[in-house]
Amino acid sequence: MRFDMARDREFLLPAGRVFIVLSFVAAVLLEWLPWRGWALALRPDFVGLILLYWCTHKPHRVGIGIGWVLGILVDVADSSLFGQHALAYSVLAFGGLTLNRRVQMFNLREQSVHVFALLLLSYSVYAIVHWQVRGYVAWEYFLGVVTSALLWTPLTLLLQTLRRPRRNPNEL
Amino acid sequence: MTLEDTRTLRFFNRGPSGWARLVFFSVLSLLLLFVDARYQYLESTRQVIAVIIYPFQRLTALPGEMVGGINSYFSLQHHLLADNAQLHLQHDADAAQLQQLRTLQAENNQLRALLEVKQRENYTMQAAQIAYVERDIFKRKLFVNKGALADVQAGQAVIDNAGVVGQVTRVYPWLSEVTLVTDKDNAVPIQIVRNGLRAVVFGSGNISELELRYQPINADIEIGDELVTSGMDGTYPPSLPVGKVVKIERDPAYPFAHIVCVPLAGVDRHRALLIVSSVPPPPELPPSEAEAKESQHVNKAAKKVKP
Repeated sequence: MRFDMARDREFLLPAGRVFIVLSFVAAVLLEWLPWRGWALALRPDFVGLILLYWCTHKPHRVGIGIGWVLGILVDVADSSLFGQHALAYSVLAFGGLTLNRRVQMFNLREQSVHVFALLLLSYSVYAIVHWQVRGYVAWEYFLGVVTSALLWTPLTLLLQTLRRPRRNPNEL
Repeated sequence: MTLEDTRTLRFFNRGPSGWARLVFFSVLSLLLLFVDARYQYLESTRQVIAVIIYPFQRLTALPGEMVGGINSYFSLQHHLLADNAQLHLQHDADAAQLQQLRTLQAENNQLRALLEVKQRENYTMQAAQIAYVERDIFKRKLFVNKGALADVQAGQAVIDNAGVVGQVTRVYPWLSEVTLVTDKDNAVPIQIVRNGLRAVVFGSGNISELELRYQPINADIEIGDELVTSGMDGTYPPSLPVGKVVKIERDPAYPFAHIVCVPLAGVDRHRALLIVSSVPPPPELPPSEAEAKESQHVNKAAKKVKP
């Protein structure tokens, strides 16, 4: 069941379907908390981060389709245009799938840089759509990319701890 | 399971490739975007999804509400007493003013009757609570806890105790979406109290700023001028306070003056708001047409009676 490859192990940890769904539900609920003012500008993109996590760690399970459906849900809740978040999350999921093998070779801090680039791409897609339809861009929106990238390390550690099987005392 | 995951990613073994999927979902998104931006076809879909996710959204608002509830539960008695005394004072002062208002209203009606000016409509209001604030940084919107089931309609004006807050732009069964006056896409027709000048004030996208655009450099506007709704659009009832001019830049290099106002209403402060039913009853038919209609009715009745 388990291999003795120290670094690679986190990518081989099992993840149940229920766990994946629950993580997405938690991300969506965090996203829907009543953020306002500066907190809103600094709010990390929880759904995007979790999506990216699963796309890089379990690319066979979570892909562009799931990203798209999540995007539609977020679109309705935020009353943005239909497809705005969906497009951004599709691009994000694709980026995660493409970089899946590459990201595994780096440690968490180096992964954060990759995550920053991918999130910047997805945020840009969202902002460009908004700019095309409404004609302006709120620049403080991009602050969220920085906070999201900073959140990558704690989030990965948290999810790994939750995914780790409890039976083996040597695991922790 | 582990073995399966150690394989390299081979998209072709599992259906369409990554690129194909990306293109498919991107085109789908762009199609939806186009349809949603140009037409109204997707409103019903949005309603259905909104109903499904409504309980989750209430769930996320719970922690804040609980903190508020706990705070008010543990509020000290002397605070409550002080509040109560202050409210009593306020009530007395308001009652005195209300007396005056009644006399003034009567007088106004009389004068309007004398001048044969149309009487002002009375607008019905209903109270609503802010359910949650929009979490999209690009927009200034909020959601209130009254929707289509409480007869809220898109287009109604929303006010608080100080002035206009915004306008209902989308109605769900239990919620409605209110676009604030400071939203970039919102425009309110106004009138300046001091000299009656009519203009349109636009949101700036900034939570505490409005812009009075397209005013010539020599327009008679001063700092401190109060803006009230003019009621010209039939959406906002007339003479509700909207904002106050705080900054005027008259640069002769530009054709228009740059005028900045602040909203008077606590656009980002209160929890309780009022939704004003601003749709007045249709005007009465002119006498000639009314008679024609009446005679038609009579004719029909007569025809029915004949055989």
